[in-house]
Amino acid sequence: MGFWSAVLLPLLICLLLFVGFFSHSEKLVSVPGIMLWLQFAGAILGVMGSLLLPMLIVFIAYSVNSIEHKADTWKSLFSLPIAKWSVYAAKYAYAFFLVLLCLMLFVLFTIGFGNLLSVLKPTLKFNEYHMESTLAQVYLKLFLSSLGILSIQFLLSLLFRDFLKPMGIGFTATIAGVILAGTDWKYAYLFPYSHPMLTVKSTLPHDIGKGSGIPELSVDLFTKDIFVSLGVAVVVFILGYFIVLKKSVK
Amino acid sequence: MVISTEGLSFNFGNQQVVKSLSLQVPKGSIYGFLGPNGAGKTTTIKLLLNLLKTDQGSIHIFDKELQSNRVAILSEIGSLIEQPAIYLHLSGKENLMNRALLLRVSEQRVDEMLALVHLKDAAHKKAGKYSLGMKQRLGIALALLSDPQLLILDEPTNGLDPNGIIEVRELLIRLVTQHNKTVFISSHLLAEVERMATHVGIIDKGELLFQGSIKDLEAISQPQVQVELENTVDAANFLKKHGFNVIDISDNSLSIPYTSKTQMGEINTLLNKNGYMVYSIHKIHKDLEKLFLDITQNA
Ligand SMILES: Nc1ncnc2c1ncn2[C@@H]1O[C@H](COP(=O)(O)OP(=O)(O)OP(=O)(O)O)[C@@H](O)[C@H]1O
Ligand SMILES: [Mg+2]
Repeated sequence: MGFWSAVLLPLLICLLLFVGFFSHSEKLVSVPGIMLWLQFAGAILGVMGSLLLPMLIVFIAYSVNSIEHKADTWKSLFSLPIAKWSVYAAKYAYAFFLVLLCLMLFVLFTIGFGNLLSVLKPTLKFNEYHMESTLAQVYLKLFLSSLGILSIQFLLSLLFRDFLKPMGIGFTATIAGVILAGTDWKYAYLFPYSHPMLTVKSTLPHDIGKGSGIPELSVDLFTKDIFVSLGVAVVVFILGYFIVLKKSVK
Repeated sequence: MVISTEGLSFNFGNQQVVKSLSLQVPKGSIYGFLGPNGAGKTTTIKLLLNLLKTDQGSIHIFDKELQSNRVAILSEIGSLIEQPAIYLHLSGKENLMNRALLLRVSEQRVDEMLALVHLKDAAHKKAGKYSLGMKQRLGIALALLSDPQLLILDEPTNGLDPNGIIEVRELLIRLVTQHNKTVFISSHLLAEVERMATHVGIIDKGELLFQGSIKDLEAISQPQVQVELENTVDAANFLKKHGFNVIDISDNSLSIPYTSKTQMGEINTLLNKNGYMVYSIHKIHKDLEKLFLDITQNA
């Protein structure tokens, strides 16, 4: 369930944009290659960063844990001759892998569909510019920025059996995060749920779409929000282990 | 001793669920752990598996302290707690294979286990589509998979048909007698474990009320005089007037605690002389089921 959502979401979104660009191709003929790529990738990034990525993480964290809640298998997992730490870490690693997979697919599909557009509509100037490495860096940063949320949501889903609590908390926090980051609140970098949005904002040039000049693209991988995200991820991950140890299986 | 606990206590919030338990489970025994609903059986089992953290007291399994030898001890335990933990979207065999992977057990062993619990035909059916008894069988197969020294089973025959119950019973007896394993099995029915248990522990409201071999349990059972006649209610009132303590009345018989042969003769004469025809009168040992009820109700 978590696995398929991690695969289908990037496919769907990229496909949608592909269709959008494809059907409006006449209007885009005059746009220079770099702007074309930026609009294409930027549209995907914009949706992802603000709402979709956090919600996807909420869902992945939930689905990884809910398998065990539903089958009531926590008790049998924790009564196997395997260190509790390994069970906990293995579960987390899987969620971690799913988020990574999803973001990698986004890079892949963005580039893939972009190139497909340039083949199908040679009039579009997609082949004038290449942004593979930039895009990979942006998504890497996005991934790092989302780890704080992942740890928090993972712990919530581990503790609560039902979907509503982690979902509700995650959703509310995401909205708050988007607002905080969107309003440029100066402490937004301290709030994990703002990090993906901050990442997107910092990498996308503000004047995108206005067509004024050729924008400079630069990815500064290690900004303070990324450090906060990584810090939160590690601390919550370790804290979660001790909570799991203490809470026992009831 | 395979399991030995001392002063084991556990609280859920401020409710004390397990009170200073001292369990002694000898090697090669089938230990029936009995108690009514809510007695604390499952909680005790979770403590034995280190799923719940002991508040007070100590647990030694295979003569090793549980907390500090957790992985080593658990590698020799197979367990089934309450409803078996099964992934419903996987088939029976996939469930076993999944566990076999974690325990590094061969596929051949998985097939053996499927055959043992008669799930070969349903091996590739989704476990979600299993009947209650089939799920329970799969749970037992999961517990046996690693060929553990000690089996801890929480009401394993829950939901099994009479045939299934007999099979499980015979399987457990075979494991103990032929393979020298030890079985710790909980139940709220004494009758269910009576035929296989070598040792019994009776728990109620978290307290251990009795522990010993099944013979010890039989020994403390109080003999009774059972009289078969008609009009049992009148006869009982009559006997009470004459100072006998009638403890049990049914439609066609009544029971009085046995004290001596003379007492039995007196009862017989008294009834016959006063127009109550006695069809039969004999001394019986209270069955274990009643004994169990007595022990748990008098506490
Ligand atoms: N997770 C929990 N939180 C709070 N109280 C609990 C919890 N689990 C069990 N209890 C309480 O602990 C007591 C013992 O429960 P336990 O499940 O050990 O009983 P049991 O002997 O296994 O009963 P049964 O025969 O019904 O399975 C009960 O009073 C129960 O309400
Ligand atoms: Mg129980």
